[in-house]
Amino acid sequence: MKVKDIVEILNARVVVGQNLLESEVELAFSSDLMSDVLTVETENLMLLTGLANLQTIRTAEMSDINKIIFVRRKKVNEEMKRLAEENDMILIECDYSMFKASGILYQHGVKPVY
Amino acid sequence: MHFEFQVEGGNFSKAGTASSQLKKILKQLNVDSRDVKRVVVALYEAEVNVVAHAYNGTIIIDIDTEKITIRIEDEGPGIQDIDQAMQQGFSTASEMVREMGFGAGMGLPNIKNNTDHLTITSEVGVGTQVNMIINFNS
Repeated sequence: MKVKDIVEILNARVVVGQNLLESEVELAFSSDLMSDVLTVETENLMLLTGLANLQTIRTAEMSDINKIIFVRRKKVNEEMKRLAEENDMILIECDYSMFKASGILYQHGVKPVY
Repeated sequence: MHFEFQVEGGNFSKAGTASSQLKKILKQLNVDSRDVKRVVVALYEAEVNVVAHAYNGTIIIDIDTEKITIRIEDEGPGIQDIDQAMQQGFSTASEMVREMGFGAGMGLPNIKNNTDHLTITSEVGVGTQVNMIINFNS
């Protein structure tokens, strides 16, 4: 599924990284705990999280994740935007809960990591 | 190759900058991406530990063709019981650390999982030293 389609079905907003809208998403992982994100060995996945701070972006950088959806109306700040731009990431804000956003993506064929 | 980085205790906006710089260096050296990830995940967890618990720290890195050796020394409260600290789920992290998405007692287990050799020594009230080795293409 393409990132632009995900943005549409989640009624979400792209904050930074419009150039990645055409890229494909096959796998996703949902977590607020960054140490859990760091245990995932799969590459090229999308992260859904309700944790919006600089360490979310840093964790994604270390994990080779370049697509992040912030759920539960969490907002991306300027510092996060800058770091995401440096690392060529797409950041998306979504008003849905983590359960709802994950459920919709699963329903549309995005696969879990495990 | 030899590198050193300073880590400031308590400064969460800078946590991860050393790991980020090391990632760029390893990529330039054409290190396998799986090895890069193991190294940076282990170092990032260690860096967050210094920021979360210590007053300041130094990261000393040596890279050769076969492996990377990382030593992290901090001045801080030290670890009372290292075996207990190594257990998944054990944490003494503050509320602030938890708000950053850490402090669930997974840092040291994560470091262990991503390294080929790990030793931790610590003196309560003085500081902690973490030594890790990651072999390339293992």
